[in-house]
Amino acid sequence: MRALCWHGKEDVRVEKVPDPKILNPHDAIVRITTTAICGSDLHLYDGFVPAMEEGDILGHEFMGEVVEVGSEVKNLKKGDRVVVPFTISCGRCFFCRKKLWALCDNTNPSAYESELEEGYPAAGLYGYSHMHGGYAGGQAEYARVPFADVGPLKIPEGIPDEKVIFLSDIFPTGYQAAENCNIQPGDTVAVWGCGPVGQFAIKSAFLLGAERVLAIDDVPERLEMARQSGAHTVTSNGHTFEEIKELTGGMGPDSCIDAVGLEAHGSTTDAKVDKAKASVKLATDRPHVLRQAIHTCRKGGTVSVPGVYMGALDKFPFGMAFGKGLNVRMGQTHVQNYMQPLLKRIEDGDIDPSFVITHRLNLNDAAEGYRTFHDKHDKCIKVVMNP
Amino acid sequence: MKTRLAEKNYSRSRAGAHPSLKSGEGIKMEKAVTINRSPDEIYSFWRQLENLPRFMQHIESVSQRGDGISHWVVRTSHGKQLEWDARLIEDKPGQMLSWQSLEGADVDNAGSVWFTPATGGRGTVVKVSMKYSPPGGKFGAMLAKMFGDSAEKQMSEDLFRLKSLLETGEIPSTEGQPHGGA
Repeated sequence: MRALCWHGKEDVRVEKVPDPKILNPHDAIVRITTTAICGSDLHLYDGFVPAMEEGDILGHEFMGEVVEVGSEVKNLKKGDRVVVPFTISCGRCFFCRKKLWALCDNTNPSAYESELEEGYPAAGLYGYSHMHGGYAGGQAEYARVPFADVGPLKIPEGIPDEKVIFLSDIFPTGYQAAENCNIQPGDTVAVWGCGPVGQFAIKSAFLLGAERVLAIDDVPERLEMARQSGAHTVTSNGHTFEEIKELTGGMGPDSCIDAVGLEAHGSTTDAKVDKAKASVKLATDRPHVLRQAIHTCRKGGTVSVPGVYMGALDKFPFGMAFGKGLNVRMGQTHVQNYMQPLLKRIEDGDIDPSFVITHRLNLNDAAEGYRTFHDKHDKCIKVVMNP
Repeated sequence: MKTRLAEKNYSRSRAGAHPSLKSGEGIKMEKAVTINRSPDEIYSFWRQLENLPRFMQHIESVSQRGDGISHWVVRTSHGKQLEWDARLIEDKPGQMLSWQSLEGADVDNAGSVWFTPATGGRGTVVKVSMKYSPPGGKFGAMLAKMFGDSAEKQMSEDLFRLKSLLETGEIPSTEGQPHGGA
């Protein structure tokens, strides 16, 4: 089959590789019909993620048709149309039983390495380095889906792929981020980052009853998309804090969502220092947006972090967070909790997730897709691909 | 390093043979893991020593003779095959097991495993303690390095595998999955 393989910084190539096989009794094989490039894939593309090996297949947002099932898979059969969550979860461990699917104990074959780096091994993820299990990803024609009895969601006939593909990751991610804000009636939610996850966080904040959503970014087409969802936009220009403070009558937003993560750009001094430090490996992550969120949030509010972080932060304003009594919630998405309820929202017409798509490519053009997405070229916001 | 070990004759089995590791000797390692099964279940699984290769990666085989003596065959991460006889020195069903290699072992070693109920109804805490005492001399030092550096990692991975096997019926794997050319 064809698959998109990582070969180094800014070097991804579509190659011919063997088809996946059933390895364990709870596996299924899915023939992929639609797949996408995620903002977090760009961290792989930019070489920010250690534990990558040349030839690793990328991609964790995918859906398609079941073509084979292992002996223990009873809930799916050949021909079923499914969306696959990017988190691989066994369904049987302490964490899965608590519905903390992204923290599964039993899906990381490289558990020891993960334990060293992160303290405890977390769930395997598709196409996201050997720290997260080294599973071959879904930017390919076929994928092997472990614990197919736990993850994949069956999709009824009649709904196009584009409407449901984002149930695999970014819609649940934006939704969990908003849900973590514990939004109350009358609340103002501020969202940093108007990429696809930010867009879904904005929509989800409204779905969850926010009165007002402030959306911060510096890319015009992304701000425009946020406005179309009803957000009041703020162009980040070094005066974000003052502007948001004024917009919220001096109080600050009730909750702040960091949908940017470790590769934050910025023009303020701290952002420049972050970039310098990261370039000489004195720090690994650039928490510019996280600092802004903590600075801006009202006392007693919530900072919600779906944005991916990988290493250690420098100059983290923990004293400020403490002084303001902030709740800080973070982590990978427990996708399995949201797939069914959000599918219902889609079926009910509350939201059409395909609104984020700006580019549609064939898998053969994946390398170009990464370049375009990375550079935000051609007003790119989200790239989907058909194998 | 010549394979004088592989040339050793392992058909010996001596009634009343002495444990080869004295108390207080050797490199010691301890690891614990919480597994969502009862102490009895996990004890029974472990007591069937032939099961050990299913989750202990370097153990090729364990065969019990029925009188508390078992024969172990191990392959190190460097590909060397090592063998020894061991005796169960303590066996408390549902609670703990302890074994020790007999004289003439390629690597003197001893192990114990305890099965105690976890708090909060979370299953069982499985605690393993292993000791290695390689033979002396330059050869011994190399063997110590072979075991010592990777032994803790090995034990940790083995226990994760046991947990997965008992909780889900399978061990997570990506062996043989597709990947691109390097």
